[in-house]
Amino acid sequence: MLFPRKQPPVPPPRVVVTGAGIVTPLGVGWKANADGFRAGRVAIRPVTLFDVSRQRVKASGEVELPPALPDTHLPARQVRRLDRAAKLLLLAAREAWQQSGWKPSTDLPLVLGTTSGGMSLGQDYYRQAIHTPGSHRRQPTRVLHYQAQRQAIDLSDAFGFGGPIILIANACASGANAIGHAWELIRNGRAQRAMTGGYDALSQLVFAGFDSLQALSPTRCRPFDTRRDGLAIGEGAAVLTLETLEHSQRRGAIILGEIVGYGTATDAHHLTQPHPQGDAAFATMTAACQSAGVSPRQIGYLNAHGTGTPLNDSAEAAAINRWAGEHAAKIPVSSTKSGIGHLLGAAGAVEVVICLMALGEQWLPPTSTLETPDPLCAFPLVQKPAKAQLEYALTNSFGFGGANASLVLRRWE
Amino acid sequence: MKVLSSEPENIFIDGIGAVSPAGWGVLPLREALAKGEPLPAKELARPGWTRPLRVRSVPPPSPRPDFMTHPRLRRTSPITQYAVAAALEALGDDAARVRNGSLRLGIVLCVMTGCVNYSRRFYDETLKDPATASPLVFPETVFNAPASHLAALLGATALNYTLLGDPGTFLQGLALAADWLLSRRVDGCLVAGAEEIDWLTADAYRLFARKIILSDGAGAIYLRRQSHTAPSVRLHCISEPHLFSSKKQRAHAAQRMRAELPAGNPGHLLCDGIQNLPNIDAQEQEAWQDWPGARLSPRAILGEGLAAASAWQCVAAIDALRQRQHPAASVSVVGCNEQAIGAHFVIS
Repeated sequence: MLFPRKQPPVPPPRVVVTGAGIVTPLGVGWKANADGFRAGRVAIRPVTLFDVSRQRVKASGEVELPPALPDTHLPARQVRRLDRAAKLLLLAAREAWQQSGWKPSTDLPLVLGTTSGGMSLGQDYYRQAIHTPGSHRRQPTRVLHYQAQRQAIDLSDAFGFGGPIILIANACASGANAIGHAWELIRNGRAQRAMTGGYDALSQLVFAGFDSLQALSPTRCRPFDTRRDGLAIGEGAAVLTLETLEHSQRRGAIILGEIVGYGTATDAHHLTQPHPQGDAAFATMTAACQSAGVSPRQIGYLNAHGTGTPLNDSAEAAAINRWAGEHAAKIPVSSTKSGIGHLLGAAGAVEVVICLMALGEQWLPPTSTLETPDPLCAFPLVQKPAKAQLEYALTNSFGFGGANASLVLRRWE
Repeated sequence: MKVLSSEPENIFIDGIGAVSPAGWGVLPLREALAKGEPLPAKELARPGWTRPLRVRSVPPPSPRPDFMTHPRLRRTSPITQYAVAAALEALGDDAARVRNGSLRLGIVLCVMTGCVNYSRRFYDETLKDPATASPLVFPETVFNAPASHLAALLGATALNYTLLGDPGTFLQGLALAADWLLSRRVDGCLVAGAEEIDWLTADAYRLFARKIILSDGAGAIYLRRQSHTAPSVRLHCISEPHLFSSKKQRAHAAQRMRAELPAGNPGHLLCDGIQNLPNIDAQEQEAWQDWPGARLSPRAILGEGLAAASAWQCVAAIDALRQRQHPAASVSVVGCNEQAIGAHFVIS
């Protein structure tokens, strides 16, 4: 029964990460990405997936997909029908699943965040519907696989598990909200484990949308730089396997880190612009730290939303300054979007994995394109690869519609 | 591990709202369902075809609701207008309490096709010339735009999720709202299901069932921990969402959902998802063939409104309890491509 619910356990169980899969423009898998983020590589390149000849901006963070997908329970016919977004998701999930050592079961919730599901299939459908309105060839498949729930079901089928599917579409905070929600499901005793994450593939509609808003950088995405002029769009996926500490220890699992706090709030200021003082961002960081039982001074690294747009970064800087107060000067902050672009529904999940890497391997990922830090920032911006001693990291995700989310992670020794 | 033993965890329905092909409000919905006749379908032009599509769409509001003059709502597409109208009706006087900051409101918006009008329009503009594609339209294509506008209108800054999925997602949204309320993270929670008609979606659904008639609108339910209405309607239970990806699994999922809900008696109401389309209805009909009580099938009258239709089912069931027509009502949603899920409401 979804309701009435079981009484939540007291105290709530600790929730650990036992598997993490990641696909970004830097590569497929933990190692390629850890190497890339640690070194501060930039993977923004010319768009090849669709025509950008008439766009103002012509570069993005495209993923180089492997020629074949790994073997799963999906039949070849079903694999052929997967769109780009579903492939990104499957690749990330496969890595997390293998790492976790989980076995198929029928009670495993799947909580995913996405902004556009299989948008490229929707685009194909529309073009055919307009140009050859009498032809239905391949249209039913496009309709089915365009829908995010189909991608989620394909993922469940691929690994042979079942359970409730929850799809959160909170714009660019979707991935962080999904992980936060999965964390809450386990903390509230609704599940002992959950698979969660976020994904999005590049699509012409979304690229053109951000370009129409003049939100894309015509030069180089430089978060928190005085001369920042916009973001880069990217694509990717990250998937985590979460479980109670007790469950993971019982089966002798390798623990990658712990999720200890989650906060979410709504910025009602404007559909696409944050409140100038970052009120909701301040609220989410505060709430996430409260639920984690930590103060800003304990946060050793902050992975900012840091899109590189003038408005986002100034609002986020104001919020961080306010939230951290006198400790701001001691909290290293970076935006990893400088290297891979903004991965929209995948961003929050990918940035959680980056925090796990940083905590596990004790380094700080730089904002490698940063030239002149905005004096608004009262905090040190990580510009070069650096080693660090980290116990806690916080990651921010903010989206259109005022969807804001923050997560706090802890190192696992 | 210890568990809390506290007072019973009750969730009450404090308000309902609806916008449907029957009109703006719960009253026209109630009247259309009481009449029991399918609403007439309208024609919707489909580019490239001489024969139009058939849909049931929401009639223009009369008078135009005041909220539509709000700066955030002037340029929105119908889905936002429907969601906001249904939400405000459900909230009633508590809208003022949200605005003055004395009530923390959670918002859960559930959609399947979402903001398709502007998505189609924006993509069409992009294909013609991306340099002139409207920056005002693009942000309205995002799934959570309606929930964001609603939050802005009310000044609601608490939890706000937009859930995607097939029509069963609306009942998942109710369970999420109940969780937020019981964990004291909000004082009240609105759950809305909303959709808007477009030739693109009507065209797409026709590929799967030629006789299906899509419709649009919204339904909203306002949940609280205490009841402020008479009679009080309480959320009794929501089943697990039973997943399926084939017709065979769909039948099994419907059976499992049915088995989780109370058996029912001759005085009870079942508000089902039947559309009078045998191909689509078979698995749900089979699951409920032994239902002993009255039945109401809003989709057969209003059309396949996807997430909005599941919301209408719940609104209709709750309204019937409020009208003291039945002491209890079950809602059955056997979705189109994801899950079978049900709920049960009782007069408390």
